[in-house]
Amino acid sequence: MEAFTVHTGTAAPLRRSNVDTDQIIPAVYLKRITRHGFEDGLFSAWRKDPDFVLNQPAYQGVTILVAGPDFGTGSSREHAVWALQDFGFKVVISSRFADIFRGNSGKGGLLTAQVDQEVVERLWSLLESDPATPVTVDLAAREIHAGDLVASFDVDDYLRWRLMEGLDDVGITLKSADDITTFEERRPAFLPTTV
Amino acid sequence: MARTLAQKVWQDHVVRSAEGEPDLLYIDLHLIHEVTSPQAFDGLRDAGRPVRRPDLTLATEDHNVPTIDIDKPIADPVSRAQVEALRKNCAEFGVPIYSLGNVEQGIVHVVGPQLGLTQPGMTVVCGDSHTSTHGAFGALAFGIGTSEVEHVLATQTLPLKPFKTMAITVNGSLPAGVSAKDLILAVIAKIGTGGGQGYVLEYRGDAIRALSMEGRMTICNMSIEAGARAGMIAPDETTFAYLEGKERAPKGSEWDAAVAYWKTLQTDADAVFDREVVIEASELSPFVTWGTNPGQGVPLSANVPSPADAVDEVDRIAIENALTYMDLVAGTPMRDVKVDTVFIGSCTNGRIEDLRVAAEVMKGRTVADGMRVLVVPGSVRVRLQAHAEGLDTIFSAAGAEWREAGCSMCLAMNPDMLAPGERSASTSNRNFEGRQGPGGRTHLVSPAVAAATAIVGRLASPADLEK
Ligand code: SF4
Repeated sequence: MEAFTVHTGTAAPLRRSNVDTDQIIPAVYLKRITRHGFEDGLFSAWRKDPDFVLNQPAYQGVTILVAGPDFGTGSSREHAVWALQDFGFKVVISSRFADIFRGNSGKGGLLTAQVDQEVVERLWSLLESDPATPVTVDLAAREIHAGDLVASFDVDDYLRWRLMEGLDDVGITLKSADDITTFEERRPAFLPTTV
Repeated sequence: MARTLAQKVWQDHVVRSAEGEPDLLYIDLHLIHEVTSPQAFDGLRDAGRPVRRPDLTLATEDHNVPTIDIDKPIADPVSRAQVEALRKNCAEFGVPIYSLGNVEQGIVHVVGPQLGLTQPGMTVVCGDSHTSTHGAFGALAFGIGTSEVEHVLATQTLPLKPFKTMAITVNGSLPAGVSAKDLILAVIAKIGTGGGQGYVLEYRGDAIRALSMEGRMTICNMSIEAGARAGMIAPDETTFAYLEGKERAPKGSEWDAAVAYWKTLQTDADAVFDREVVIEASELSPFVTWGTNPGQGVPLSANVPSPADAVDEVDRIAIENALTYMDLVAGTPMRDVKVDTVFIGSCTNGRIEDLRVAAEVMKGRTVADGMRVLVVPGSVRVRLQAHAEGLDTIFSAAGAEWREAGCSMCLAMNPDMLAPGERSASTSNRNFEGRQGPGGRTHLVSPAVAAATAIVGRLASPADLEK
């Protein structure tokens, strides 16, 4: 996983609350067998609408999504995180995230930055009046900078640590590789193998 | 300190433990199949990581595979892609695989035990909730998600928080004609589909001791339907006798060392469970489900329940919804429920003993008019054993379809499925809406009840045939 300290990019305002995992990526995409290539499924129903924010020329190449409260409710599908990442998102800013989605984001390396709804509203106005505004998300300082706006965001300490270290779950466990090897040396000889 | 069986197995697998953190648990056996593994392998590839212990990993193709014409390419493109991805991933990462056509192919939870790979005191995981089956040997076995599959492939460990423990003691002995399936359906009806949430269940008592390994696997298999993480049964002479001589079981002096260890895997007399449930085996009778979750079951001799019997409003709505979906009228005797399809198979009841029971009932009889009966062995080995015993001839003569091994109509990912509105008596483990095909209706039953139902055309037990 890539280490995350500071990210600067353009952002899309998604003026919706309760964006659930079926809207992020519908169930039909779950039949796929790959870990990547889910960008076409992201918000697939909304993307049929030419006016949808991600279809507008001004918001091409965005890496930050600014959404209303209760983002990511619904099922536990990790595909929701993969779809956002495959589309190019590095950060989702919202005033409230569903727990499971937040957990899955951390596992996948997508930063979920929680701010007050008032900050979301200010970002929305800013991005709507000037889509090219660069937005900086500073994980070390837990701060968002955009135009005149400076706002702190909330992120779990443990999650922040692993994102900054660039560690996924496997990476964290592999820090104990020596313990695993020691354990393996102690395993009884009668245990079976599959080969 | 006195410990339960689950605690002993847990503690023997702790690689690392630290205050305030989950324990890092070593995994002795990792079973994989085509549905939940592709993204896990992709994750390894992304990170450039190898499979740490291919020699403790085993793949088989089961969920999607057809049960006829297995020499032809799989017709459904999604199924075919999953199976092909598994083959490719196993080749690339050096994981042993039993593919369609191999004599060891079959449902992942049938294959492990029959090879002797599942042994007492082991930790066993698989990206499939019915991994609890392996607990019948006194192993700590549970299902995991795709990201955990990747974790185990890469590290052979899992970070886990300890589970609570629940004792389910079944006293006395099961009446004649009452099987392990009836017992576990009655347990789930008693504690509810959420009753086991967060627990490892340990089944104990005389009625459990008297069960064969096949019966114990049926019990542990359905622990998950009570919401439990795992089910376990302490190993005993029945376990040792089943394992002795199996291909992957220890041999010679290693066998002796293993048995000595296995004998220590008993819950200590003064150990305390977080919860205890007691059941009298003598009160049980053949059990069937009427609703859309495995907890909605009654004795075959009972009637379809009424929303008026509900314990609360939530229950009342659940009963009403289930009756509507199942197209049943409250108060109808279960024995009057007409069935058009019978499925005998799955990791719950697709073992040789199950097929013997079903064949015994169907021998010399013919299935009811218009009845479709699928008999699907849980593995190629089970299929061959059934051939050796002539069971296939009995099924075919009775008018049943004798198929190749796989999950088949248990979850209908392959072409074996119910049409909308069709009603099955099924020896599998889930009667959720649409589980056996969109709009299909499922009654969970034992192999004996399934076979009798196939003959009568309505839900029935073998005793009904003799009348
Ligand atoms: S038989 Fe059914 S429950 Fe068992 S592994 Fe296959 S699909 Fe799952």
